[in-house]
Amino acid sequence: MKKEIIIKTTNLVAKYGEKVVLDGITVDIYKGEITVILGSSGCGKTTLLKNILRLYQPYSGTVEIFGEDVTNMDEELFNNVLKRTGMLFQNGALLNSITIFDNVSIPLEQHTNLPPKIIERIIKTKLHLVNLDHAIYLTPSELSGGMKKRAALARALALEPEILFCDEPSAGLDPVTSADLDALMLNLRKQLNMSMVIVTHELASIHRIADKIIFLDRGKLLFNGTLEDAKKSGIPNVEMFFEVGSF
Amino acid sequence: MSKLTLTDKTLYLPDKVVIITIPDLLKEWERDFLKKEITQLNISNVTSIDGAGVSFIEEVLEAKSLTREAIVNGDSSVNRTIEVFSSAEVKSSSKPIVDNFLVNLGSVFLNFLDEMKNGLYLASDTIWWSIAGVLERKGRRKGSVTEQAIAIGLDALPIVALLSFVIGFILTLQSGVQLQKFGASVFIADLLSISIVREMGPLITAIIIAGRSGSAIASEIATMKVTEEIDALKMMSLNPIKYVIVPKFHAITLTMPLLVAFSVIVSLAAGLMISVGMLDISGEVFVSRAINILAVKDILITLAKTVVFSWLIVIIGAYYGMKVTGGAEGVGKATTSSVVTSIFAVILADAAFSLIYL
Repeated sequence: MKKEIIIKTTNLVAKYGEKVVLDGITVDIYKGEITVILGSSGCGKTTLLKNILRLYQPYSGTVEIFGEDVTNMDEELFNNVLKRTGMLFQNGALLNSITIFDNVSIPLEQHTNLPPKIIERIIKTKLHLVNLDHAIYLTPSELSGGMKKRAALARALALEPEILFCDEPSAGLDPVTSADLDALMLNLRKQLNMSMVIVTHELASIHRIADKIIFLDRGKLLFNGTLEDAKKSGIPNVEMFFEVGSF
Repeated sequence: MSKLTLTDKTLYLPDKVVIITIPDLLKEWERDFLKKEITQLNISNVTSIDGAGVSFIEEVLEAKSLTREAIVNGDSSVNRTIEVFSSAEVKSSSKPIVDNFLVNLGSVFLNFLDEMKNGLYLASDTIWWSIAGVLERKGRRKGSVTEQAIAIGLDALPIVALLSFVIGFILTLQSGVQLQKFGASVFIADLLSISIVREMGPLITAIIIAGRSGSAIASEIATMKVTEEIDALKMMSLNPIKYVIVPKFHAITLTMPLLVAFSVIVSLAAGLMISVGMLDISGEVFVSRAINILAVKDILITLAKTVVFSWLIVIIGAYYGMKVTGGAEGVGKATTSSVVTSIFAVILADAAFSLIYL
């Protein structure tokens, strides 16, 4: 069966001033797969993620999400595309002045017509899903780093996204919490056929969750394929990444 | 279009029970089915369901006092989704209890006492280290007092000059016109000299410095606290009070009297201009009356006031900076609280001085 492409970038170029950060990136990301963007620090991983989501406007090239070219899409139309996606930021990006309950309620209250009792039920089940039942009425400053990440994940999942984007979800977490988060993501993919695009350095995490690898090196696409193919790709930088990391 | 149907006490759900169809399904449910007898929920038609859909099913089950066993004929993937998003295992977490008025009042009072106590601790530490720090130069950054004196004193000169000039201008005009009616215009010099030297000069300067430098002190220290710079100083065996607060304390103690003197001179100069230009008073008379009316006691009280105001500003700014919690939002709150509290404290201290030294 032919797989459905859910995100497609074509010759994507991103620049900071005159510096080219992404140089002609062409990749396809498939529905229901966990795609990991990796590479050394400063290679353009987060920039690629943010260009796909138009948090940075691409310099040239195109980005398609759900089969629609979103590169220069009208703001209102693009917001409708964004509502079908969720984003887990590196530091959670929870609003500090309000409770976890209120943080998760924001997308539901702003983008749906659901009555408060259903919203409350959804929030509680989402927070249960990430094992934060006990922290519903706490504020982010009262949570640990791992708890903040899980709360942010619950917020990202609030609108039942078809694609979940994660920027270094394991950064700053201990191996056990990191493994828990990976298990949660695998579960979500299995249960809901959710597609995920994850930027990470963590080799253990990559081994646990990655279906596909997008390997960047100094803004260029070095490899795009499965994890097994990456390990025997014959591309020195890609193979070295896995060899060094396995020590 | 998604529709609910009822046959033989069995409610049939439509194919799509997802977040976008729930509002319509809820309306339909409440309008047509809520009061009808329902014993089963048939989900054989359901092809897509999400968390919101599961919440809807649970709402229906709850309204009809049914258990999960009442859901029948579900496809395995639909059943799995219901399993994932089921709230059956959600542990009840009650909302924090809102205390009554008296409890809140008591807690505000206790917090106030606690803040006063902590503020006094910080003040005593700061004053101690500011004296000890003069003799012992270790644990201080070289040139930090000069740097702070420039930021607090020199950089504030233009705004102090502008506001003092305007205040002197307004005071002279308003009072001069009234005095002229009684043929007592010449007393404008006495009135201005006393009011500006004893009250307006120190007060206006303190309010400007509380808004300008007090907020800068609070936000700088608060940012250092949230970015763990204060902890880093402690880890390097440096006393944060001595390293961060004492240079500001020395700088403001030195520069505030100079700023007040500058403010007084500018305000009186504005008064002189108006008096000569509009009230027909000669410059010589104005200057001699303005100087002669002042006693040494007035100058000393102003100096004492100025020093007390400057200490209040720096200690309140540092206190709010040091007690900050949270991130960016905490820094904003600390800055606002510091400005409001220091202006309040300065006015209160001024009132106390007025009562003691009439």
